[in-house]
Amino acid sequence: MSLFLIAALPFLGAIFPALLIRAGRNASASAAGLTSFLAFTGLMIHAPTVLSGGVVTARFDWLPGLGLNANFMLDGLGFLFATLILGIGMLIILYARFYLSRHDPMGQFYTYLLLFQGAMVGIVLSDNILLLLVFWELTSLSSFLLIGYWKHLPEGRQGARMALAVTGSGGLAMIAGMLILGHIAGSYDLSVILQHKEAIQASPLYLPALILILLGCFTKSAQFPFHFWLPHAMAAPTPVSAYLHSATMVKAGLFLMARMWPVLAGTPEWFYIVATTGLVTMVVGAVIALFKDDLKALLAFSTVSHLGLITMLLGFGTKVAAVAAVFHIINHATFKAALFMSAGIIDHETGTRDIKLLGGLRRLMPITFGIALIAALSMAGIPPLNGFLSKEMMLEETFHIVWLDSHVVVPALAVFAALFSAAYSFRYIAHVFLGPERESYPQNPHDPGPGLWLSPALLVVLVVIIGLNSATVAGPLVKAAAGAVIGGELPYFKLKLWHGFTPALYMSIVAVLGGLLLLALHRHLERFWNALPRPEAKVIFDAVIEALTTLSRLVTDGLHNGVISRYAAIMVAFTVGIGYYAYASGSMGAPTRVPLPAPILPIIGWVCLVGATLAIMWFHRNRLLSLVLIGVVGLIVSMAFNYLSAPDLALTQISVEVVTMILLLLSLNFMPTETPVDSTNGRKLRDAAISIVAGIGAGGLIYALMLRDFAFPTISEFHLANSYKGGGGTNVVNVILVDFRGFDTFGEIIVLGIAALVIFALTESVLATKVRAYLLNRKPHWPQSGDAHPLMMVVVTRVMMPIALMVGAYIFFRGHNQPGGGFIAGLVVAIAFLMQYMASGFTWAAERQRFYYHATIGWGVLIAAATGLGAWFNDMPFLTSDFGYLHWPPLEEFEWATAMLFDTGVFLAVLGAVMLTLESLSRFAWQPGMTQEFPMDINPAREALRQFVEETKQKMAEQGKTIDSEKGA
Amino acid sequence: MEALLASAVGVLTAAGIFLILRRRTFPVILGLSLLTYAVNAFLFATGRLALNAPPVLNKYKEVAYTDPLPQALVLTAIVISFGMTAVIVMIALSAYLSSRDDRIDMSAQDSVDAAGEDA
Repeated sequence: MSLFLIAALPFLGAIFPALLIRAGRNASASAAGLTSFLAFTGLMIHAPTVLSGGVVTARFDWLPGLGLNANFMLDGLGFLFATLILGIGMLIILYARFYLSRHDPMGQFYTYLLLFQGAMVGIVLSDNILLLLVFWELTSLSSFLLIGYWKHLPEGRQGARMALAVTGSGGLAMIAGMLILGHIAGSYDLSVILQHKEAIQASPLYLPALILILLGCFTKSAQFPFHFWLPHAMAAPTPVSAYLHSATMVKAGLFLMARMWPVLAGTPEWFYIVATTGLVTMVVGAVIALFKDDLKALLAFSTVSHLGLITMLLGFGTKVAAVAAVFHIINHATFKAALFMSAGIIDHETGTRDIKLLGGLRRLMPITFGIALIAALSMAGIPPLNGFLSKEMMLEETFHIVWLDSHVVVPALAVFAALFSAAYSFRYIAHVFLGPERESYPQNPHDPGPGLWLSPALLVVLVVIIGLNSATVAGPLVKAAAGAVIGGELPYFKLKLWHGFTPALYMSIVAVLGGLLLLALHRHLERFWNALPRPEAKVIFDAVIEALTTLSRLVTDGLHNGVISRYAAIMVAFTVGIGYYAYASGSMGAPTRVPLPAPILPIIGWVCLVGATLAIMWFHRNRLLSLVLIGVVGLIVSMAFNYLSAPDLALTQISVEVVTMILLLLSLNFMPTETPVDSTNGRKLRDAAISIVAGIGAGGLIYALMLRDFAFPTISEFHLANSYKGGGGTNVVNVILVDFRGFDTFGEIIVLGIAALVIFALTESVLATKVRAYLLNRKPHWPQSGDAHPLMMVVVTRVMMPIALMVGAYIFFRGHNQPGGGFIAGLVVAIAFLMQYMASGFTWAAERQRFYYHATIGWGVLIAAATGLGAWFNDMPFLTSDFGYLHWPPLEEFEWATAMLFDTGVFLAVLGAVMLTLESLSRFAWQPGMTQEFPMDINPAREALRQFVEETKQKMAEQGKTIDSEKGA
Repeated sequence: MEALLASAVGVLTAAGIFLILRRRTFPVILGLSLLTYAVNAFLFATGRLALNAPPVLNKYKEVAYTDPLPQALVLTAIVISFGMTAVIVMIALSAYLSSRDDRIDMSAQDSVDAAGEDA
């Protein structure tokens, strides 16, 4: 099975438990189990290759420009971890099915678990450190979900947050470290990095990279002083703890240290940082574990201690120590998972996991006792179990280690930790299972069904088998994995129980006897321990987080205080500053172009434009007047475009101008007509200074630019040369829009459509609030015209309609060869429609509208897309255009081009977007009583006129009567 | 000619920015419109100025053409800026109708209210 599939299977399978939970909990669990099983089978297919020293790879260049390749690699180390992750994963899935209660959302649980599993498998199979980092962060996220699975428990939520904060920040440090490492090695592929030991260790960046990567590993693997998150993560359901803290999450840090061992290890820096941290963690964890009354807390600290042990072994940097580390990873995973599950069983069946409330369970729960006994003895390092073997190897190694010129420190502390380790292991048995039976337990204890004990039982069978037949059972796996870690010749080692009377044996005996002694003295020691002042990690952590939150709130509130005009001022001032810096630090050549002459016509235009702009500044509080003045500016700008050889721009600008003016006038209808004075004179002066400087900058820049030739050859020549030959059109601007840069235009019309839809949605949501009532009862600002739909305007717009449409069609069709095209035609036709709305009113026109503007936008985008896709049928890239010429007598020869079809899409999208925008805005203006039957207030048709005269006469007659009767009275 | 266009761009930019720094929505919208003119004219002018040389190919004789690329760019920019103006107008209008206030800055009281909602 491809490595891609093995890594992807858990992710793909993650959806099924969540869906199948409707079919029952068994279906959900089976789906999860089957997914893991499939991935496991796929992994086992590669076992022969890997165990004989081969490496399986799968390559896929994902983002080669960034050095991010989805490369996977399966060697001995990856195989070992993947086996643990998937194998123990299956056991956990079985266990969790019977552990979780009816009220827990089980589908969610398995989905999270599979996501986590996939992330872990991804880490151990990645051959690219960037990819590895992605999976690394995914484990932090998915473990957050798992630890906080019991959302109703505050401890669960806090524990999850703490785990995420610690491992996540470590992950951030690691990203930096990995990037440095990749920079040194010149590649982000692990297989390449692993070849560059000398270059990496000689680099001045070695130490920063090492520290950053180790920060990631230490936080993940709960090394002192980052160990505190692990005990708090025990608030998770026990299956999660068993999975995360025996075989997976916390082993990820160890995995990475082992993975990077060939290039990072062997230096004094590595030895002193890693070995010392491991040693301290091992001792601290073991001591604290002895004094924990909560079964899971005891196991949590023992895990911390064992992780420290493995870290220390990796830190030694010798080959035999690396072998021992790999071996202990296997052994720890087996006995610790079994122990966690047995603790879960005890909790499940007795209702408590407080050692003080337990004791004497050996007869009540014989199966659980058997499982826990074997696993705990293995943890204590009792022969012939597997824990003994690797602990012996560890002790043997410490004997050769010199730490700061001392031969004694490391072995002495190792024995000390082993002694405590034996003590807490014995306590787990003695204080829970041995001793007299209690009269009452929180629940009536009994052995659970096989669903719960099967998984740990399988694991303890492994514990025994590996212990007895280590060389045959675990040997090949250890050799393959250790070979991958060392990356060279394996040292001579033998996995066996009896090595003779070695120093390690004496150390082991001391540890076990001392452990028994500690257990006997436990009560007294505990009193002493409880009297000691100890720093509480959670309190410190919370205080640090609180301080950080306060700080970030201060900074955010200080910078982001809601005064938008201040943001704008800062932004402009900053931009001007950068511009000035560029101007002052750069150099500018002499002008190379001769300025064009300025005849009287452009000067008049300039005077109008500048005059109108200054007038806007002067009168900007009068909103209506400033709108009119802005119209003047827009008009001059369009004329300038036309004058300066840009007819397409002129056409576009002037039609957009019309639409924008209508829009602004409509909106002004609902807003105050005057802008009050808000700013002080000082503020105005400041703003004026900023804007004048910005204006000088912009004007000066473009002036300098216009008087110089292009610094580099432009691509415009290409467009001019190929517009007709390649695009079949003589209007180069239009050919660029619909052909050369068609993809850009396609994006533009989508953006325009989205803008219109946003406006529509905004209108809908605003009208759903109490604003609607306000609008319905609104009184207009201005006195309204007596004749809202004047006869002259109605008649003229009706006559204009077909002419305007024809102009639109004309502009559209000639667009490819003459100024025009879909954009302009869309605007012109939109204006033709708008005229009808203006003349006869919104309601009247809306009633006669036969199609939705939403659909117009949609069709436009679809037609443009379909035109683009059409090229695929001719084996051409998206949006490749085609054209040709037709000659149908008696017509003149004319051209067809697929670009025209694309332009149709543009036309429809623009038309729809403009109309939808204005239609949405107009809906604000609707008030009851606005419905009108006729296109204008006075109907000039003869029938209606006669009726009107009749009615008036009648009314007058009635009035006359009333007057008469009043007179009579 | 270049001086005319450059000074016009400068005046439009300055006026636009001054209006953007006002504290009510409507002047800000006006300012954005002015700034749009300025930016479009600026972009257009990066193609350098030319008279009577539209980029429409003449099949019959060799003539000079101005740079078509900035024109294509500006054409879509004009249409998109309509979309942008429309969205901003609608946001401003909706905000005004909902709160009956067209100030763009949060007042100190608003900040206190917002903090209260967060807590």
